[in-house]
Amino acid sequence: MTDTIANRAAKATPPRVARKIKGLSDRAIAWIFVAPTIFLLLAINIFPLIWTIQLSFTNYRANRLNREPEFIGLRNYERILTDSDIWLNMQATAHFLFWTIALQTLIGFTLAWLINKKFKGNDLWTTIIVLPMMLSPAVVGNFWKFLYQPQIGLFNYIVAFFTGKDPSSFEMLGSVQLAPWSIVIVDTWMWTPFVMLICLAGLRSIPDYIYEAAEVDRASKIRQFFTITIPMVLPFLMLAVLFRGIENFKMFDLVVQLTGGGPGSTTELTSINLKREAFEKWRTGYASAYAIILFVTVFGLASIYVKALNKVKER
Amino acid sequence: MSAYSVTEPSTRSKWFAGSLVILYALITMIPLAWIMLTGFKSPSDAISYPPKVVFEPTLEGYVNLFTTRTRQTQEFLDANPPQNWADEIVREYDMVIVGPSKFGERFLNSVIIGFGSTFLSVFLGTLAAYAFSRFKIPLADDLLFFILSTRMMPPIAVAIPIFLMYRNLGLSDTHLGMILLYTAVNISLAVWLLKGFIDEIPREYEEAALIDGYTRFQAFYKVVLPQAATGIASTAIFCLIFAWNEYAFAVLLTSATAQTAPPFIPTIIGVGGLDWPAVAAGATIFLLPVMIFTILLRKHLLRGITFGAVRK
Repeated sequence: MTDTIANRAAKATPPRVARKIKGLSDRAIAWIFVAPTIFLLLAINIFPLIWTIQLSFTNYRANRLNREPEFIGLRNYERILTDSDIWLNMQATAHFLFWTIALQTLIGFTLAWLINKKFKGNDLWTTIIVLPMMLSPAVVGNFWKFLYQPQIGLFNYIVAFFTGKDPSSFEMLGSVQLAPWSIVIVDTWMWTPFVMLICLAGLRSIPDYIYEAAEVDRASKIRQFFTITIPMVLPFLMLAVLFRGIENFKMFDLVVQLTGGGPGSTTELTSINLKREAFEKWRTGYASAYAIILFVTVFGLASIYVKALNKVKER
Repeated sequence: MSAYSVTEPSTRSKWFAGSLVILYALITMIPLAWIMLTGFKSPSDAISYPPKVVFEPTLEGYVNLFTTRTRQTQEFLDANPPQNWADEIVREYDMVIVGPSKFGERFLNSVIIGFGSTFLSVFLGTLAAYAFSRFKIPLADDLLFFILSTRMMPPIAVAIPIFLMYRNLGLSDTHLGMILLYTAVNISLAVWLLKGFIDEIPREYEEAALIDGYTRFQAFYKVVLPQAATGIASTAIFCLIFAWNEYAFAVLLTSATAQTAPPFIPTIIGVGGLDWPAVAAGATIFLLPVMIFTILLRKHLLRGITFGAVRK
């Protein structure tokens, strides 16, 4: 223990030095160091959360300053859970979540696996591949909107070049069928490197001797891949999925800039819908209930998932 | 058998893997390269069909980004010859530069809020991380998890009460308000990352210092801080990048005085619609620092994006 060594030293040294060693007690220092962080989080995270819970039981509207909020019990929750439009938003979010995670896992793992072949210059190319994910999602969404323009955009031109279709015959952002996919494409472009980096760490954590032993046992390469590589990388991959899942459940900036939720409400993810309710329709009480429902959903799903992840890790 | 490692891929598979990865890297760079090119196009080149790869570069986008202009009559233009190269560029459209645009201001806001919140979160985060790493704190794991869980809230959900709170406190659309908010968001990352970095510094160093007569506090800033310098620097860059990129809070809580660049860039309007070269120029200037930081940070990247969960 640090204390005992310090105290022993204190006893063995002359009084003047001893006072210096003690100074503030460790406990006092610990609290002084942690308190500002906890205070800030209480003020800017927990207090607002409690306030949101309280607002969710009222019909408060933030744009009407002089009207007192009325307590209406669980009516907000009732309305949200029975609203079919909100289920549509949930479906759009589910579609977005499922396909972005599926594609990013597949491409990200493949890339990591290829990079792990340690070809010359793999560090340089890894760094280049990683660039998109560090950029501002709002700005990325904005410039992909430019790439997706039906008449002038590069994306349509390239698709037309390879398929022979007329580049103005399809609108990635304007058509009900394509818009949900256009946001999946951009998110995949941006975040595949994230999954790739985590998978790469997983692949690099597998010690060589396991493969050597497998080779001695004459296991085929394919068998080695399925019995060594995949199971050893799985915990890493699951962690990547957890991060992407939480992030994409909260998705707002990228999609708002790309489609604004349209056409109609085909790409209106829950966060975008929530923003509409809270800051355009100003149904503050209703939106607060909505926010709580979303938070509970993320928190619940994440907790279940972390339990599963820990089980995989134990194996 | 000769000296041959079973785990070393064959030359042919290295070639194959290398070319696929390079192909992916090149494809993934197309959008970024395109936006940077567009910044140097004239508005008509930017929207021409088929898209132009070869064009005459111009700084028009950048001039439009940084200035506001008005259209003038021919007599006025004749009477006032252009004063500099930027003036000459806008003359082509019968316009004169009348002043700076808001972009400079918004960019400066991004810098102030970014650095302000980074400094605060790294400062508070280092203290808290040191305490969590070195002292027995009751319920330490719960507190750490609580700190992390604050990241699970969708930003819009947090924004509702923050909006009301800031309105009451007079913090809406102020630099201080945004700095405090971004600090609160970033502090979870800072504490988690820095705790990992400080955990790696052997305790013996401080103990030796304590025996030499340092106080706990002196040991902290004379021994631990210099050892944690790289970790602190990379944590700072992560916080800075987050604050730099943030959009949801910025668009909801700021409108003029404290508005940062991300909500501003997409709204740069030219004559008859979005001024794409100016938007592209703004995006380029805005994204470039992040790209440079990413390259500097590449060794700690993994740690940063996973809150220290994966350390390589």
